Amino acid sequence: MASVPGRIQSIERAVAILRLLDAADQPLELHEIADTLGLARTTTHGIVTTLRELGLVNQIHDNGQFHGRYDVAEAARVFGRGGPDPHELRSLAMNWADSLAAQTGLAVTLGVPTRVDVLVVHHVFRPDGSSQQLAVGQRRPLHASALGKALLAFASGGVRRLQGMDLAKYTTRTIQTHQELKDALTAVRHDGFATEDGELEPDRGSIAAPVQGPGGLAVAAVAAVGRRDELYDRRGQPRSDFVGPLMKTARSLSREVRRLW
Amino acid sequence: MVKELVVAAIDQGTTSTRCLLFNHAGRMIAVSQREHRQHYPRPGWVEHDVAEIWRNVERVVPDALREAGLTPDNLAALGIANQRETTVIWNRQTGRPLARAITWQDTRTEPLVEELAVTGKADLIRDVCGMPPTTYFAGPRLRWLLDNVPGAREGAEVGDVLFGTMESWLIWQLTGGPNGGSHVTDVTNASRTMLMDIRDLRWDERLLKTLDIPAAMLPEIRPNATVYGSCRTVVPGVPIGGALGDQHAALFGQTCFAPGEAKCTYGTGAFLLMNTGGRLATSPHGLIPTIGYVVGDGPPVYALEGSIAVTGSLVQWFRDSLELIDTAPQIESLATSVSDNGGCYIVPAFSGLYAPRWHPDARGVVVGLTSYVTKGHLARAVLEATGWQTREVVDAMNADAGPGLALTRLKVDGGMTANHLLMQFVADVIDVPVERPFVMEAVSLGAAYAAGLAVGYWADLAVLRGNWHRAALWEPKMDSDHRNLEHDNWNRAVERTYDWVRPT
Repeated sequence: MASVPGRIQSIERAVAILRLLDAADQPLELHEIADTLGLARTTTHGIVTTLRELGLVNQIHDNGQFHGRYDVAEAARVFGRGGPDPHELRSLAMNWADSLAAQTGLAVTLGVPTRVDVLVVHHVFRPDGSSQQLAVGQRRPLHASALGKALLAFASGGVRRLQGMDLAKYTTRTIQTHQELKDALTAVRHDGFATEDGELEPDRGSIAAPVQGPGGLAVAAVAAVGRRDELYDRRGQPRSDFVGPLMKTARSLSREVRRLW
Repeated sequence: MVKELVVAAIDQGTTSTRCLLFNHAGRMIAVSQREHRQHYPRPGWVEHDVAEIWRNVERVVPDALREAGLTPDNLAALGIANQRETTVIWNRQTGRPLARAITWQDTRTEPLVEELAVTGKADLIRDVCGMPPTTYFAGPRLRWLLDNVPGAREGAEVGDVLFGTMESWLIWQLTGGPNGGSHVTDVTNASRTMLMDIRDLRWDERLLKTLDIPAAMLPEIRPNATVYGSCRTVVPGVPIGGALGDQHAALFGQTCFAPGEAKCTYGTGAFLLMNTGGRLATSPHGLIPTIGYVVGDGPPVYALEGSIAVTGSLVQWFRDSLELIDTAPQIESLATSVSDNGGCYIVPAFSGLYAPRWHPDARGVVVGLTSYVTKGHLARAVLEATGWQTREVVDAMNADAGPGLALTRLKVDGGMTANHLLMQFVADVIDVPVERPFVMEAVSLGAAYAAGLAVGYWADLAVLRGNWHRAALWEPKMDSDHRNLEHDNWNRAVERTYDWVRPT
């Protein structure tokens, strides 16, 4: 993840790690931090060790026995608060989201993470003149939406968070086990985008990519939403002419967000 | 491979000059921008250096082409939308401006306009231009320049000094400048000079005489979508096919082609224009009857215009003067932290109240303060002020537009359309659906549309209408009892602004 010119990359990464640990419900392992932020393990270890020595990160210990798990120290909690204002995010995303919808013919949504789900902060109609309702202010489940999976994979402390998560069933295709979700998130981190194929509503689907702030932490996700049969080919793969523009939009938004925040 | 053809729009605005490229589907494919300096030589005076603006045009057009990976060969046509009523005079031989342009924000012509009113010229001006004399118009600014700039009047009388609004200046430069440049204007810009007969679309001898303006310096008045000439510089060979004042361009870009269709552009202020068809409306409520647009040899399409002086600038005041937010979009976060206005209303009559109330001695108020009111309620009141001011203009329009032309939906554009709370509130208080199209750059799109129509890049208005796609829709949700109660509260708040400034 390229740094904003004039900023010190290692400080951006350190802040991203603090925010990630603060957002996670449970302490995270080193590799979980590294994978979520797309950092090398050695780099991550160096930053985490420094933060621990400075008293901003705790290493978890039970009965004097140290584990390779970390959480954020009380002194550093302030770093975990905030993120870009969702309305500011919408304001800077408008042209990009409009353009993505025009290019793909799909509806576009922008979501930000909450503690328990995804809040839709922006919605562009699909440009076909059909009757549509604004989804701004609606919630999306983390495990059953592309927005949610993209945010889980790149922001919310990864698999650690999942163990206590309620996997409500919306359709026969909704992910129902924590292992399945864990595997799905690994794939999301590998591909750089998340898919949802009839998992929230039977005939609809979405693909989403993270909007990454400084240090690689996702502060939002952008999704293209449509019918399953238009999003996915016969082999169940998302159509590349949607994935390409989506990823490009997410990268452009990430660039804008890092300028803002 | 078939050569990709696009249309360029130059948006010559108050703070910057931009070039946008649009493809056949009406999608924006590139944009470039350069800001220019604002000159404030005295309180109330605001000037632009038009040589600087011309240099910016020479840069932004190639910049936009470069961004899109295109060359001038890819341009089917070029259109211009411009800040209205900004007044330029220049020398035909040298191409040099005689003075900086006097912009639309400049109030130096107040005494001149008052004099016109007291010397009994108001009726003539209202009859010919559709509107009593005001400082809006370019004509009095031109008169000021002729009276105050050395050599201007003498040069104008012998045909060496030319007058134009911004589109005239740019078209003249683009088509060759001193070497045979076309000295033309379009009907929408000409309608804002106070010199043109709004019915027959010609310069009016009586008004020229009243303001003592030599006819030799005036540009030829042309339709909005017509070939004005070919560029001889910047993009040589490309036809200039369109020119409109910015708000008329937005009406065109929003494809408000049928009587009753209306758009509102929300920026620092807001401009609501409604198409009134072939009928020139009169407005007892003080809206401005104006030209909507003229396509080729077609008849003029008229419009009613209502402007709101303070909308986005109230949010800026909340940010910069009260420092309650860091950025403008944050006002929505603050406003959504509470569920209603807490009984608080803000009326931003910062420099009086304009259409449809016309109380120049009013000043702004914040009313309904109790210990319950927080900054969240103030944020709501700020946004609601834009909603209620829109309602007042819509009410006036519905009353004056003519039989059967009541507003049934409102197309919106401009930066404030990013604010969902505001757009929902506008829909709630005007009680018709509010819709936002995909291309928020309605001004530039309108200029491109006019230019593309003139050269046959787009076949007709129906094709353009087909390019309009809804990106968001806000349906009215407020129940009518609540709306009526809030409207009454707003009206009572507005009444408290009247006559605050004591007569001197």
